[in-house]
Amino acid sequence: MSEKVLMKGNEALAEAALMAGCRHYLGYPITPQTEIAAYMAKRMPKVGGTFLQAESEIAAINMVIGVSAAGKRAMTSSSSPGISLKGEGLSYLAGCDLPAFVVNVQRGGPGLGGIQPSQSDYFQATRGTSHGDYHMLVLAPNSVQEMVSMTFKGFDLADKYRMTVMLLADGTMGQMMEPVSLDMGDVTTYEKPWAVTGTGCARKHNVINSLFLKPEELEVKNFERYEKYNYIEENEVMYEEYMMDDADICIVAFGIAARISKNAIDMARAKGIKVGMLRPITLWPFPKKEMRKIADKVKCFVSVEMSMGQLIEDVRLASECTRPVLLCNRTGGMIMTPEEVLAKIEEADKTGGEN
Amino acid sequence: MAVVFEKPKALTDAVLHYCPGCTHGIVHRLVAEAIDELGIQGKTVGIASVGCSVMSYDYFDVDMVQAAHGRAPAVATGVKRANPENIVFTYQGDGDLAAIGTAETVHSAARGENITIIFVNNAIYGMTGGQMAPTTLPGQVTQTSPYGRDTQTVGFPLKVCELLSNVDGATYLERVAVNNVKNVKAAKKAIKKAFQNQVEGKGFSLIEVVSTCPTNWGMTPQNALKWLEENMIPYYPLGVYKDKYAQED
Amino acid sequence: MTKNMLIAGFGGQGILFCGKFLAYEGLLEDKSVSWLPSYGPEMRGGTANCSVIISDIPVGSPIVSNPDILMVMNLPSLDKYEDSTVAGGQIFVDSALIDRKVNRTDVEAYYIPATKLANDEGLTGLANMIMIGYVIKKSGIIPFENIDRALQKVVPASKQHLLDSNRKALELGYNYAE
Repeated sequence: MSEKVLMKGNEALAEAALMAGCRHYLGYPITPQTEIAAYMAKRMPKVGGTFLQAESEIAAINMVIGVSAAGKRAMTSSSSPGISLKGEGLSYLAGCDLPAFVVNVQRGGPGLGGIQPSQSDYFQATRGTSHGDYHMLVLAPNSVQEMVSMTFKGFDLADKYRMTVMLLADGTMGQMMEPVSLDMGDVTTYEKPWAVTGTGCARKHNVINSLFLKPEELEVKNFERYEKYNYIEENEVMYEEYMMDDADICIVAFGIAARISKNAIDMARAKGIKVGMLRPITLWPFPKKEMRKIADKVKCFVSVEMSMGQLIEDVRLASECTRPVLLCNRTGGMIMTPEEVLAKIEEADKTGGEN
Repeated sequence: MAVVFEKPKALTDAVLHYCPGCTHGIVHRLVAEAIDELGIQGKTVGIASVGCSVMSYDYFDVDMVQAAHGRAPAVATGVKRANPENIVFTYQGDGDLAAIGTAETVHSAARGENITIIFVNNAIYGMTGGQMAPTTLPGQVTQTSPYGRDTQTVGFPLKVCELLSNVDGATYLERVAVNNVKNVKAAKKAIKKAFQNQVEGKGFSLIEVVSTCPTNWGMTPQNALKWLEENMIPYYPLGVYKDKYAQED
Repeated sequence: MTKNMLIAGFGGQGILFCGKFLAYEGLLEDKSVSWLPSYGPEMRGGTANCSVIISDIPVGSPIVSNPDILMVMNLPSLDKYEDSTVAGGQIFVDSALIDRKVNRTDVEAYYIPATKLANDEGLTGLANMIMIGYVIKKSGIIPFENIDRALQKVVPASKQHLLDSNRKALELGYNYAE
């Protein structure tokens, strides 16, 4: 294993993208993810790649579409308000079945909101961000090491399934430094016979398109795409369990909220409370089956999230409302403390989640 | 038997869906002829936009990407940056290029992207049924300017070539028309030069083609051509607005 | 053992840098470490702080809200974080910049006029590292023997001429006697 280095999450992510063979970064500055652009601006020219600061988020995502249509790995990164602008392009990427890697280092909203960490783009990410029937694969790292491994894997998944992979981080994930190994192994390359690279007058022309004026055709396309999504739901779910073996309370949290919850669980365990955690690493596909199984074992769930209660809806859906789900949340850029989570765990322990 | 007329290779066999008398067909043909003559069909990638020409991806026999409304120059930027050896062009209408895509147009020019833009200006939104365009003439009646374009309330048309002529990054800007044989020949020459520039790595070229929309103008094709000559051309004078390499030619 | 440290002061005092140095040394000691800066719209002169955790077990939350070790280089930071320090914890104060004492009686308070020492010794701008030297001495958060290797990691290649002065500052703080 290679030597571990201390890196900022945003920079480690950018380096991982280069290792994954991404040579085209198209972006627009926004706090708190600008380190990614700055890192790429420095590194891309040295590795023969393209760094382009676009005139807008909209232009940036459409440049990603162009690069991806041409068969190359492309990425863009932004933060919440910028992701809203990219929404149009994300829908087109889905409609055109193009691979792309998109990073959202979330900040508080709505509107211009703030610049402090948040998880309030959960709905936006897991429900597709924009118009039409589609999904993105959504990865939620909770350490700098996962910022690296999920980026590397994200590019692979994007090519494998010809779809957008969104890495959903937050300000703390982007700004924090942790030891990280950049040893990711080899890059798998995928044939892209669909890419627009010129026919060479030797084949039928390739058309990258999301327009289907005949509803019968569009419906078939959508059904086909959802067969792919079903396959992904069966095969690509990632999650981590912490102290779930004997737990009768299950915390559900991702990203920084999961890190904080871990401290709270350790504190609660010291008090004899049997609490554990299911941390979804893929937010879509959501670990539905595991959640359903856990629902049979625990008395209640606690959704710990930095939003007004978005993750909690998936917890309720996946557990089929068979158990109460408590909400432990902060929002607007505020981060819960382990003590606040502990208090909610103690409440859950006392009441079993019932009011 | 001697062949006296044939379809350019860079057009597919698909039947164009454009209305009778629409000049898109002419412009398609001119683009395809330029591609044929420069021998670049095999390495050309076209970007279709949103509007009447949305389905141009079916008509050009080159690799095509269909872009979101106004975003064709950004998509073209991505394609060109990914594979600089490809010849990349966009085919856009006035609503696409001069309204919703103004930023993409201006900034791809500012960056001096080595791409070719074919801009069809017919002063109206065709596909959605004849609404006011950024290039609709003062006083012109459309579905959304039923009493004629009132410059007091909705302002003035954008003159794209004039606007871009102030952008340092732009290489070649010419406005042409396709209302008569003489103008069609000049249009062909300009379009070919816009592609040739890209082959030579000279940068951003945009050809504005003043065109008709008989259906939405509510005119016969012939009257539309006449209206173009009498109304459009005086407002949008034809000619070269910028040619960075003019002295070298 | 887990040490949660909070370093706070003004932007420009090298708050983030000295935290990074500590974290890197922790990493080289095979500890679990994390470093998390505050971030805000201001670029210069605003408040700056960073959380540094060095632990024998995997680090949970990287946010230090109740530090075992608090190091402050301006009065607003002492005012803000004094009460959040854990009982039995340590507070390190740059007494050249902060003219009040620590009010808490259940913590160990240490005072070092780091900014004055830096100016006197020709180490202007390195008060942060003088303080860190003192923190290492009094807290044992990292061993002092190997400071050179962490310094080499955090001082950029283009600024290796600053290694000596950084080491000197650390030593000055480490050997400071009240």
